[in-house]
Amino acid sequence: MCAKQVTKKPGEQVGTTGHSWDGIEELNNPLPRWWVWVFYATIVWGIGYTVAYPAWPLISGATPGVLGASTRADVAAEIERFDAANADIKAQLVAAPLASIPSDQALMAFAEPAGGAVFKTYCAQCHGSGAAGVEGKGYPSLLDDDWLWGGTIEDIHLTITHGIRNTTDADARYSEMPKFGADGLLDDAQIGAVVEHVLAISGQEHDAALATEGATLFADNCAACHGDAGTGDRTQGAPNLTDAIWLYGGSREKVKESVAYARFGVMPAWAGRLTEDEIRAVAAYVHSRGGGE
Amino acid sequence: MHVKVAAAPAADRWGDPNPWSLSVSSPDTEPQSLYAAREPIFPRRVKGSFRTMKWWIMAVTLGIYYLTPWLRWDRGPNLPDQAVLIDMANRRFFFFMIEIWPHEFYFVAGLLIMAGLGLFLFTSAAGRVWCGYACPQTVWTDLFILVERWVEGDRNARIRLHRQRWDGEKIRKRLAKWAIWFLIGLATGGAWIFYFTDAPTLAVDLVTGQAHPIAYTTMLILTATTFAFGGFAREQMCIYACPWPRIQAAMMDEDTITIAYREWRGEPRGKQDVAGNGDCIDCKACVNVCPMGIDIRNGQQLACITCGLCIDACNDMMDKIGKPRDLIGYLALTDEVREREGKAPKSVWSHVFRLRTVIYTVLWGGVGIALVVALFLRSDIDVNVTPVRNPTFVTLSDGTIRNTYDLRLRNKTGDDAWFSISATSEAGLVLKLEGTPDALVRVPANETLQQRVYVEAAPGSQAALADRTELRLWVADTEGKDRVHHDTVFNGKGE
Repeated sequence: MCAKQVTKKPGEQVGTTGHSWDGIEELNNPLPRWWVWVFYATIVWGIGYTVAYPAWPLISGATPGVLGASTRADVAAEIERFDAANADIKAQLVAAPLASIPSDQALMAFAEPAGGAVFKTYCAQCHGSGAAGVEGKGYPSLLDDDWLWGGTIEDIHLTITHGIRNTTDADARYSEMPKFGADGLLDDAQIGAVVEHVLAISGQEHDAALATEGATLFADNCAACHGDAGTGDRTQGAPNLTDAIWLYGGSREKVKESVAYARFGVMPAWAGRLTEDEIRAVAAYVHSRGGGE
Repeated sequence: MHVKVAAAPAADRWGDPNPWSLSVSSPDTEPQSLYAAREPIFPRRVKGSFRTMKWWIMAVTLGIYYLTPWLRWDRGPNLPDQAVLIDMANRRFFFFMIEIWPHEFYFVAGLLIMAGLGLFLFTSAAGRVWCGYACPQTVWTDLFILVERWVEGDRNARIRLHRQRWDGEKIRKRLAKWAIWFLIGLATGGAWIFYFTDAPTLAVDLVTGQAHPIAYTTMLILTATTFAFGGFAREQMCIYACPWPRIQAAMMDEDTITIAYREWRGEPRGKQDVAGNGDCIDCKACVNVCPMGIDIRNGQQLACITCGLCIDACNDMMDKIGKPRDLIGYLALTDEVREREGKAPKSVWSHVFRLRTVIYTVLWGGVGIALVVALFLRSDIDVNVTPVRNPTFVTLSDGTIRNTYDLRLRNKTGDDAWFSISATSEAGLVLKLEGTPDALVRVPANETLQQRVYVEAAPGSQAALADRTELRLWVADTEGKDRVHHDTVFNGKGE
């Protein structure tokens, strides 16, 4: 703002750098001495820091530092601290009757986020990070109201603990649909007729004459598991064929494929890999996704 | 660090006593040290209107700072009763009747913008008034200088003491001064932490040694900075550390009123009885009182914080020699020229009212009005809706299409409350809540509650088939005092 000349105190000797822009000269004032001392202090501090903390690279690793600081150990301590803090609520979760968990706000406040973390680590690979499964690929959605083996928290807990069609666990839920086509139980025309019947009972477009023929075949071959009306049987994991949900697809081709070759979806047992509190937490989490019974 | 530099012919040749200072040679100047020790400044006591005003500003600002945490404000049993409280642990900011939650941080951002624009406005109108009167660095330095004068005497006594050997008197005075500075620093650091937790409780905890280590650490760090910045760094902070003096040059122009020396009147300075001399008798009163150690007669300079003390000092002297006041005074650069030419200066208002100050005022007022309006439009309850988009919709066994929404319900009152949740949409969607059969949830006082809600469209209905349907979720407290809504979207199968 001032177009004044550089003015100096009488007798003051301030040199300029010799630079001049539009008549503005750059004074060559000395820096404050404390500034240089601060500069030296940072160097001393820096050396001290590398002595105190891990710093200097060696052939394998680095100098450990005299303070023994380790972020790895910090994380381990932090995890330990959280485990200790959660020990009480975890014990409560394990002790509580399963059926009472969903309505217990205090338990759910822990179980839902804890179960969500377990789910995203171990379950999301098949069921998807949003628990929506993969429609048509045999990975069931856990969000809807259709459950092959039951949707109470006890059922979900049992499924997670022992798995589905898991031969390593005698308590695992097991059932197997015959391969009607591949094993020659029904011929192509018969399979076609059964498929038309299934399309009929699920309210889809179908050939009425073939469907009537298929109804008899269905009663003889399928109703034992899927029920007379085709509404399924949870004790055998036989899906409801009348609803809008198809694990492997509900089109004519997909249903035909299911009848001819059968389906055999499996799930591993999680007992032994997850602790009981983790299994209960993830069961509570799945139960609270909107489909729990 | 006292290492003798073996090969230091440079220091010997140039006679530089400090082996650590670097030297450069330049073709046309004598090589000089790149570093210089701080020149101690001993501001002399001064009386006058600006000094009086500064005392008052100091009393008010320090009073606000030290006493505010102790003000009480009744907010009921569930909320703290400290009038001004930054509750980091619970993420709340209380300011008398106002409570700010983290999602309302825009109020703080707005206040910071207003503070910035306010600085622009004041600087463009009247120069560095913030630096000279209200800046904490200035206020605390002023207080420390007051203590210094009280213990060691005025300027001449302090200069004498500075040059004195470290005898009993000097040690005694220095220790007394430092002890008082330390106590002021301790009070300053102590007052700071009271803003972050209940002050009376913390005060007891501090004294009994039960306060959190962070409280003690913060207090000691602020004690140390107050002690060092107010006692020793002083003008060095303004000249070397603070960015504001560099920025404000952009705010000032030739109409800005700032402190200046009327050179045309004062020069040539010298003895009063010599013919041809100006009004300045070169008594150096203005230099002696300056806390920045500068000579205002050299013109506007970076180090000048415009504290007004040189005006008081010079006016006092002008009164004594019977000359008109304001040889040094608040002056706009345009008036300096006018006065030099013998014209009357323009009025203060014609300097202050100009385009840039009007623009700053309008912006400042606009942000302020927006904040006040936002403050009054705020509801005591609040809802945030996060639609679950993984998956976008779920097909139920009967073909119903379901969307899921995570609601964040905030009860900003001091009492637990029942919130009812409802949805409005043209397509007749049905709303259900996770974990409860009816549409009511109890939200505890002063808390946020997460609630998942489901919205369902009947099989084959318009909303089930459409790609997206507009949806408005309503949340009301059951006493009917507040009702808020959030617009979102229902995703159908998109067939």
